[in-house]
Amino acid sequence: MSGVFSPTRAKIKERTLRTDKWWVEPLLTFSVLISFVIYATFRAFENKYYFDKESHLISPFYSPCLSDSCDPGATLANFTPVSSQVFNFALSPALIILIFPLGFRMTCYYYRKSYYRSFWMSPPACAVAEPHKTYTGETRFPLIIQNAHRYFFYAGLVFNVILTYDAIISYRNAAGEWGHVSVGSLVLTLSAATLWLYSMSCHTCRHTIGGRLKNFSKHPVRYKLWSWVSVLNHSHQRYAWFSLAAVAFADIYVRQVSSGAWTNFYFF
Amino acid sequence: MTLERHKYDVLVIGAGGAGLRAAVEARESGLRVAIICKSLFGKAHTVMAEGGAAASMGNVNDKDSWMVHFRDTMRGGKFLNHFRMAELHAKESPDRIWELEVWGALFDRTKEGKISQRNFGGHEYPRLAHVGDRTGLELIRTMQQKIVQLQQKDGRETGDMESGIKVFAELTITDILKEDGKVAGAYGYWRESGEEVLFEAPAVVIATGGVGKTFKITSNSWEGTGDGHALALKAGANLVDMEFLQFHPTGMVWPPSVRGILVTESVRGEGGVLTNNLGERFMFKYIPDVFKDKYADNEEEADRWYVDQDNNRRPPELLPRDEVARAINSEVKAGRGTEHGGVFLDVSKRLSAEVIKKRLPSMWHQFYELAGVDITKEAMEVGPTCHYVMGGVEVEPDTAAAVGVPGLFAAGEVAGGMHGSNRLGGNSLSDLLVFGRRAGMGAVEYLKNNRANPVSDETIHAAAAKIQAPFDRQGGENSYSLHAELQEVTHNLVGIIRTGAELKEAIVKIAEIRKRSANVAVSGGRKFNPGFHLAFDLDNMLLVAESTAKSADSREESRGGHTRDDFPGMDNKWRQVNHISSFDGEKVNVRKQALPPMPKELFELFDIHELEKYMTPEETSKGGSN
Amino acid sequence: MARNIKLRIWRGDSTDGGLKDVVVEANEGEVVLDVIHRVQATQMGDLAVRWNCKAGKCGSCSMEINGKPRLACMTQVASFGEEETITVTPLRAFPIIKDLVTNVSFNYRKAMEVPAYEHPKNLAPGEARMEQIDVERSQEFRKCIECFLCQDVCHVVRDHEENKKSFAGPRFFIRIAELDMHPLDTLKNRKKAAQEEHGLGMCNITKCCTEVCPEHIKITDNAIIPMKERVADIKYDPVRWLGSKIRKREGL
Repeated sequence: MSGVFSPTRAKIKERTLRTDKWWVEPLLTFSVLISFVIYATFRAFENKYYFDKESHLISPFYSPCLSDSCDPGATLANFTPVSSQVFNFALSPALIILIFPLGFRMTCYYYRKSYYRSFWMSPPACAVAEPHKTYTGETRFPLIIQNAHRYFFYAGLVFNVILTYDAIISYRNAAGEWGHVSVGSLVLTLSAATLWLYSMSCHTCRHTIGGRLKNFSKHPVRYKLWSWVSVLNHSHQRYAWFSLAAVAFADIYVRQVSSGAWTNFYFF
Repeated sequence: MTLERHKYDVLVIGAGGAGLRAAVEARESGLRVAIICKSLFGKAHTVMAEGGAAASMGNVNDKDSWMVHFRDTMRGGKFLNHFRMAELHAKESPDRIWELEVWGALFDRTKEGKISQRNFGGHEYPRLAHVGDRTGLELIRTMQQKIVQLQQKDGRETGDMESGIKVFAELTITDILKEDGKVAGAYGYWRESGEEVLFEAPAVVIATGGVGKTFKITSNSWEGTGDGHALALKAGANLVDMEFLQFHPTGMVWPPSVRGILVTESVRGEGGVLTNNLGERFMFKYIPDVFKDKYADNEEEADRWYVDQDNNRRPPELLPRDEVARAINSEVKAGRGTEHGGVFLDVSKRLSAEVIKKRLPSMWHQFYELAGVDITKEAMEVGPTCHYVMGGVEVEPDTAAAVGVPGLFAAGEVAGGMHGSNRLGGNSLSDLLVFGRRAGMGAVEYLKNNRANPVSDETIHAAAAKIQAPFDRQGGENSYSLHAELQEVTHNLVGIIRTGAELKEAIVKIAEIRKRSANVAVSGGRKFNPGFHLAFDLDNMLLVAESTAKSADSREESRGGHTRDDFPGMDNKWRQVNHISSFDGEKVNVRKQALPPMPKELFELFDIHELEKYMTPEETSKGGSN
Repeated sequence: MARNIKLRIWRGDSTDGGLKDVVVEANEGEVVLDVIHRVQATQMGDLAVRWNCKAGKCGSCSMEINGKPRLACMTQVASFGEEETITVTPLRAFPIIKDLVTNVSFNYRKAMEVPAYEHPKNLAPGEARMEQIDVERSQEFRKCIECFLCQDVCHVVRDHEENKKSFAGPRFFIRIAELDMHPLDTLKNRKKAAQEEHGLGMCNITKCCTEVCPEHIKITDNAIIPMKERVADIKYDPVRWLGSKIRKREGL
C-alpha cells in the first residue's frame, strides 16, 4: 500500500473524499483531445482536399506544403524538397510537417497538465489518488524531451509566419485580385491570430523575452515585453483551446470548400 | 520510563521575532542553542504584524534621526518608558533592519532602490520599513531562514545540522528551573505526545509574547496566554507596569468569524476615515491638548495632508492608538456606535478598489475570504480589541537580563519598560529585533562567568508532579469554562475603561477562579489533548490577570493604555512610578518603584515646555539626572 | 442566526481511526474552524486540531474539507449547502499524529536542504540598492505562509511515499525560485541543484499546488515553470549552453 493508503497516514479507505464532480474536467478534456487526435490523424493521411485554388485557401494541416505532389498554388514559391513517395508509399504532405505543431502542443506546459491529468491520470484531479504504483515525472526518457519545448516554440513561430502568409494571400478573388474578403479568408485569419496568441502567451516565450533575467531594471524594454507576455500568459490555457479549435475549423472549412461540399462566400 | 533530557548553553522560549533574533545572536557567538515553540516553527504571532518596523533610516525623509524616533517613542509612552530602552531601541533599529536585508529579507523599495518607509500613527516622519502589509511574516521568515543558514553551516562543519541550534516545535514549558538561586534550565512537555522533557541550560531567554487571551476580544492567537510573564513571576522575576495594555482601536467587531482581528493602522494611514452611526467624522472632537499643534482640527486640512504632508497637520485618525481607542469607546458609550458595538471605518470612499488591493492586499484578502466583507466597497465595523501588553518582565536595558534572577533574560512583548504606557505602531517589530539581539548578547556575556548549573532530582520531581496533577483529579473543574469566566471578568472589569470599584471586584473574582482552577481535571490522554494544554495556559493567564488588575487598581490616573473613569486625568506624580509585581507563591504583590530619571543628554532632546506637560516642576528644574 | 450543521470528523491516530458524525451549531459568518472549536468545547474535549491565528496568516489549520486541502479558518460554513455534511480529515500526505493533526516535519527537513541566501560579500548592511521591479517576483513567493497545502496536494509525494526522499515539493520550488530571482543572491548553481537535488524534474506541472494555495501564489506559472525553463537553459539547450561557454551570460 502506497500513497494515501501508506501505513503512516490517517486510515481513510476512499481514494478521495471530494464531493464535487471532479471527474467532469478530465473527462471533457479527454473527449475533446481524443476527438481532435482522431480527426487530425484521418486528415493527415487523407492527402486531399487541402487546397482550394479558386479561393486561395490552404489548410493549416498541410501548410507549408513541401511535397512534390503538392499543387503549385499550395506551395511556397514551388519549394518542394520532399518526395511524394517513400519506399513506394504515398507520403501525405501533412505528415512531413505535423510533427512541429504537434510537438509544440505536446510539450506545451498547459497541454502537459491537461493530458497528464485526463489521459495518464497522474493525477486525475487534485487530491484524487492516482492509479500508478511508481512515478518519476519528467526526469527520464521519453518525458525528459519536454525540456525541448523551446525548440518547438521556435518552429511554431515559423509556422505562424507561414500561416499568416496563407491568410493574407486568401484576400484575393478567383482572378487573383487583391482586396476581397471571403468567409474562408476570415477563417484562416482567425486561425493564424489565435495561433499567434497561443505562441506569444507561451511560458517559453515569457522566459525567453525576459523571464530569464535576474535584474529587470537593467533591461527596461525586455521588462516591458515580459509584462505584456505575462498578461497574455494568464490566458494561455484559453488560447490553447481557442487556437486548437480555430485550426481544426480552418481545416474543416478548407476541406469542405475544396471538396465542393460548401461554397466559400465572398463578402466583396 | 526515562525522562527525555537535553543540555544546551542557551534555551530560548518562544520562536517569534525576539526569540529567533536572540537565538541567532547566541549561536553566532558560538553557543549551543535550543529554541522552543509552542506551535510549529514559523507560526508565531509576529507573522500577524502588518504595518512595518520602525527605524529612523531616513530613506524617505532625511530629517529623521534616532533622536526624533526616541522623542516620538517617549511621547507615545507618555514618558513612562525606561529611557535607556527607548534610547537603545531608537539608536539600533536601523542596523537591525539592514541586517535583515543581508539575511535575505526583501522590503518594499523607494525609487532610489532603498528600503521604503511609510507613515504611521505617532511617528513624525515616514519610518516604517515594510513589505506590503505582511511585514511580520517577512521578519519571521527571514530569521527562520537565517537559522537554517546557521544550521547548514553547522552541518558542513560537524555533519549534523542540528548540532548547534535546534528547534523544538510544539512543546510547552511549564517551569523555569533554578538551582542555587540561578537559572538551571526548564521543564515542559511535548504537546504532541504529552511526554515530559527536561532542558538543562544555564541561560534562559523568555520571548513568549503577549497576554491577549486573558481577554474576551483580542487580536492575539491562542498562544498569547502570558506564559513567559507567569514563568518569570514564578521564577522570582518581577513584572513592571502590567496595567498598561494596548487595546488596538480598530479590531473587527462584526461579523463574528473575524471578531478581534486587527484592521491595521495603515488603513487609516492610507486615508481610512472613522465615522459614527450619524455619519459624523468624530475624531476631530478628541484631539488632546498636547497634540493640538500636530493634528488637523478640520476636514479640509486633514484631507490635504494626504497630498502635502509638509504644510498640513495630520488627520486625527492618525493620533496614537490609545487616543483613537478612547474616542471610539466614548462614541459607542454615548449611543452613537453601530449595532454591534463598534464604529465605521471606511477606506472605500477615498481610494479606488484597485489602489486598496495594491496597498492593503492582505487586509482586503483577509476580510473578503474570512467573512465575505469587501473593504473596497463597504465600511468595516471596528472597535477596541486587546492587542498588546506594554507591561512585562522587568529587565536591565542593556542586557535584557531579568532583574533578580541570574541567568534569565526576556525580550520582545514579554519584556516591560520599553514602551512605557503605550506603544507606537511599528515599534514592536523593531523592539523585538533590538532587544532580541541584546538578550542573546546578554546570555553570551552571562555565560562567560557562569557555566552549566545541574538540575537536581527534587526540582525535576516537583516539576513533573505539577504536570501529572490534573490527570489525577476526578470530576474537577473544566478548563474551558474557567477560561471563559476569566475572560468575562477581564473584559467587563479590567477592560479598556476602568474604575476602582470594578477593579477591586475583579481582584476578588480572579482569586476565586484561581482557587477553583487548582481543581481542574482533564479528560482523555496526554496525546495532543487541548483540554490538558489549556489547564496550564489558564494558570498563566490567571497570574497575569491578577497582576494587571492589582496594578490597575493602584494607579490612580489615566495614561496611555490605562484609563480610569474615576481618575480621568494624567497625573505627573504618577509618571515617576513603576508598578512592580512579584509572586510569593500564593498571590501577586504589587509595589511602587521610582522610575529611573532621564540623563541630561536625553532630557535636552526635548523642548522644556513639552516636558512640563509630563513632569513635575522639581523634575524639569533638575534638567536631567546628571 | 444559528443553525445545526452536520460534520464528519476523522478521529484516530496512527494505529486506527475513522470518521465520526456530529451535529453542531453554526452561526452566521462562521468558518469551519469555528465549528470545530465548538465541537471541541462541547462534545469532544480532546479533539486535536492545530491552529493559531484564525485569520489566514499563519497557515496552521491546514486540513482536508470535503476532500480538498484547505485552511479551516478560511473555509466558510455558508459555502456548503444547508443539508450538506461537511467531512473534515487530516492532511493525507503526511503521517498522522492524532485526529486532525499530522506530522509535517517532512517540510521542515526539506527547508533545511535548500541552501540559504548569500549576500554579496562586499556589500555592507544598508548599502544594498534594489529596484522594486527587481524584488517583486521574489516578494510574491515570500507571501507563502507555509500552510503546506501545496505539499499535501502534490501527487508526487501524496501518492508516492518513496518520492519524499528526492522531491522538495512546491513550497520549496518557490523558495528556490525566490532565491534564483533575488537580485543580489550570489550563490551559484541553484538551477542545477533544483533539477539534480531537489527533484524539479519530478513535477509534471498538473497545477494542484496553485489551485490550493490560500495566498494565491502562482506557484506553477511564476515559479516552477520559470525554474524548469532556467534549468533547460543550462542543461537541455545546446545553443544556450554554447553561448554560455563563449560569453558569460547574466543569470546563469
